[in-house]
Amino acid sequence: MALAGRAALRWGPRLPSPCPAAGPLCRPAWLPAARCERHYSSRGQGKLDMSTYPVESIRNFSIIAHVDHGKSTLADRLLEITGTISKTDRNKQVLDKLQVERERGITVKAQSASLFYNHEGINYLLNLIDTPGHVDFSYEVSRSLSACQGVILVVDANEGIQAQTVANFYLAFEAQLSIIPVINKIDLKNADPERVEKQIEKLFDIPRDECIRISAKQGTNVEKVLQKVIEKIPPPQCNTADPLKALVFDSTFDHYRGVIANIALFGGEIAKGQKIVSAHTKKRYEVNEVGILTPNEQPTHKLYAGQVGYLIAGMKEVTEAQIGDTLFLYKQPVEPLPGFKSAKPMVFAGMYPIDQTEYNNLKSALERLTLNDSSVTVHRDSSLALGAGWRLGFLGLLHMEVFNQRLEQEYNMSVILTAPTVPYKAVLSSAKLIKEYGKDEITIINPAQFPDKLSVSEYLEPTVLGTIVTPHEYIGKIITLCQDRRAVQKDMLYIDENRVMLKYLFPLNEIVVDFYDALKSLSSGYASFDYEDAGYQSADLIKMDILVNGNPVEELATVIHKLKAYRKNVVAKCYGGDITRRMKLLKRQAEGKRLMRKIGNVEVPRDAFIRVLKKETDK
Amino acid sequence: APCPQWPYCRKRCSYCNFNTYVVRALDEAAVRACLVREAQTLLRLSQVHRCVHGMGSEWAQLRPSCPPAAPHPLPCSVTSVFFGGGTPSLASPGTVAAVLEAVAGAAHLPAAAEVTLEANPSSASASRLAGFRAAGVNRLSIGVQSLDDAELRMLGREHTAAEARQAVEAARGLFPGRTSMDLLFGLPGQSRDAWGQRLEAALGLCDDHISLYQLTLERGTALAAQVRGGALPAPPQDLLADMYETARNVLVATGFRHYEVSNFARKGALSTHNLSYWRADEYIGVGPGAHGRFVLRGEGGCSREARVQTPEPITWMREVQSQGHGTRSRAVLNPLQQLEELLSLGLRTDEGITHERWGHFSPQLSLQDVFGEPEEARALQQSGWLVLDSGGLRCTWAGLAVLDSLLPDLLWQLQRA
Repeated sequence: MALAGRAALRWGPRLPSPCPAAGPLCRPAWLPAARCERHYSSRGQGKLDMSTYPVESIRNFSIIAHVDHGKSTLADRLLEITGTISKTDRNKQVLDKLQVERERGITVKAQSASLFYNHEGINYLLNLIDTPGHVDFSYEVSRSLSACQGVILVVDANEGIQAQTVANFYLAFEAQLSIIPVINKIDLKNADPERVEKQIEKLFDIPRDECIRISAKQGTNVEKVLQKVIEKIPPPQCNTADPLKALVFDSTFDHYRGVIANIALFGGEIAKGQKIVSAHTKKRYEVNEVGILTPNEQPTHKLYAGQVGYLIAGMKEVTEAQIGDTLFLYKQPVEPLPGFKSAKPMVFAGMYPIDQTEYNNLKSALERLTLNDSSVTVHRDSSLALGAGWRLGFLGLLHMEVFNQRLEQEYNMSVILTAPTVPYKAVLSSAKLIKEYGKDEITIINPAQFPDKLSVSEYLEPTVLGTIVTPHEYIGKIITLCQDRRAVQKDMLYIDENRVMLKYLFPLNEIVVDFYDALKSLSSGYASFDYEDAGYQSADLIKMDILVNGNPVEELATVIHKLKAYRKNVVAKCYGGDITRRMKLLKRQAEGKRLMRKIGNVEVPRDAFIRVLKKETDK
Repeated sequence: APCPQWPYCRKRCSYCNFNTYVVRALDEAAVRACLVREAQTLLRLSQVHRCVHGMGSEWAQLRPSCPPAAPHPLPCSVTSVFFGGGTPSLASPGTVAAVLEAVAGAAHLPAAAEVTLEANPSSASASRLAGFRAAGVNRLSIGVQSLDDAELRMLGREHTAAEARQAVEAARGLFPGRTSMDLLFGLPGQSRDAWGQRLEAALGLCDDHISLYQLTLERGTALAAQVRGGALPAPPQDLLADMYETARNVLVATGFRHYEVSNFARKGALSTHNLSYWRADEYIGVGPGAHGRFVLRGEGGCSREARVQTPEPITWMREVQSQGHGTRSRAVLNPLQQLEELLSLGLRTDEGITHERWGHFSPQLSLQDVFGEPEEARALQQSGWLVLDSGGLRCTWAGLAVLDSLLPDLLWQLQRA
């Protein structure tokens, strides 16, 4: 959860923009500025014939990185080398368009670009597929990655591996993509690429000699990256002769043309005039336009299997082009691509106008803002103290903050936002309640609606797996912080002589309010944090009671957990090939023991153990 | 003990994160030629180094006290060969024969040597197994995993429970007393009772060796993704511990010796080859992604090396064709690292680590010197999980089940010694 910095690719501003800097003259204020260019895209040019790029000459890839490690600068160089944008551009720093994006560096909407590159006499089509820059959007990231066969993993030569690097690596690793490690900013005075190579080897098992040292800023070795993309990333495995199968991996709303869906073709071909169907909504559309992004929209006659581009087909709302959906030809249905799910909000907060007379204005601002972001859920709500308002659901903390900030900056709306809560679940035991809800497990998004524990057999709370990377002098404080937040340590590893990576399983509830601020302040800003969804876990009945009453949770839970740890499995297979890996894991744990001892005062003292045991047996 | 790897599978199982590849058309002749060539190269390299017991475990009976640099007059002999994978039973018997011939050509392969092949029930028909026997295989390890069709589907296995039964029965006919079966427990949604039934069914079918694995949800596998996404339930730790406890009690009651954390044998049918891993003996890995551990005694030193062969089959083949082997990495293990491995692996067995074996790796510091102090190991002994006596260092019955929780403490104590 990198809450600061700049991220993601922005090419738009680089191009001669017909838009004045201030929005309203050229576009409605509530439309993201990036869209305005689309009206002026190069539609006048002759349409490209994409059939000259067979599957074997296509590479679909993404760039992933921690914020500020140089993802956008590398993307700019790749665009320049391939002649996609002019080299004479004098911008050293990409300007993000939305104020919130400038300040926080979040890709709210990802952009993609098709690059043309000749390598050893063959013309390649390289599709750079952008991903949102934050794991709040990990579902979107994983959909974007599912259109790729490989990624470029960028790590700063000075800062080394950070929390978001780890999270991004695992997303790519789990998607079984080829990974090209790149160490950026080797021109900096404090650059230590050797140290970063060691970190990469230690953490990701990628041999040091596979890392490419570059300076995206100065263009050093960037060409090598392109060559590696061609050599190491396999072409997509699909066939133009198959029926059309297109993955929607992003969508944007254009006020004049409706929904523009970014698609990746896993089979067949698509052209204007064809009738298509959404596997999710079953709705039928006629294709008005297809094309590629360079990064402006450039219409083409057709798109073919393996290619990536956009589609306009008269969809009126973004909810009609949901990320992860599959499109196919009318009357030629195909098996939808796996993994589709609707965006699932994980953080909820009540939103109320400061003055009830502002209610209608706020309502219309909310409607406009959610027009382009189908992942925000809106339910009407009211409170005795605050009057009429809404309960909003967000993908994560950052998502919520961004939304709120946009509301203030773009609509000049000041609102009261209640403390964020997480969606709990309750397994009901009362027959009456089961009948009332029509099911025995309910999700509670509003603490006020908590069913009494007498009618509940089990409460469940959402958890996240958090990754923290920090200089080692702060570990003691950080471990104490994590324990205070009911977190369970999963891993602790020195990634080099003085940096440590910690992994903790947190109840989501414990990090939604001020965890990141606390972490930053006790590490003087040096620790980075990121998290991913880790499912639901059973929550103690008593604990839930305390939690709802807003009191801190007692230490006992942590202690009991420690005792149980002794029962963990040892029966995993352990033969020749696994020994190295197993030793690595065990030594990490031994290292953890050493750290615990060194820090002191963190591990539960022996007599506490015994006391708890006694308590248990007394019961 | 050479362990040739066959990295190909017909289908990837939902829980597997091994180095496996599903390819449509495979040039088996080319892979065979490379396996043969790499086996020959590595055997030749080893004999250049005049291993006495160095290549010891795999080439000769281990003689822990033999002097490190003594020249050996006889060619080394191989005590065991293990064909692992992937799915090596997808290879043709001819390929297995060719590799064994290469081994026999470069070293002494006695008739009594244990030659194991891992087989998948979907490629283990009686005629195929007979072919492997004719090729020189004399022990079979069958990946049954479960005897329930629904569970097998969840695991992404290609076979049914009935096919698994047929395979085990065919194998027992051809390899009596030398057929092992692999079983998995702790599947998402598996109940205590369901596991009890699986176990009972397995006991009615098995020969004299069973390997029992708790399903590990590895990142990057389809099954782990389903569990993380909430589509399948995560098995609770306590239930897993109970399942393991039930299994070891039932198996021991039916005459099996629990000789390693996840392995059970009766009538002395222990796997010689796998014991060599847990005794931190030496073995040589052949094939894509294979791992090896062996001592090179060329310069009179005693440097045990960890070797990994190139994982990607295409690259591996290219390397074997151009330089005779596809070793991707070679790392010398320092004395501490060797002891760490010995400790972590040795404690997995019921015999534990004998003083003799420890002394072989650590001539200066005895087991008593390292673990006799009133520190972690002593505390673990007092809690009844560990024993240090005249036989050596080993887990108690209770300790064996929680070894993973004991090792970090022990490793830390070792590092300080």
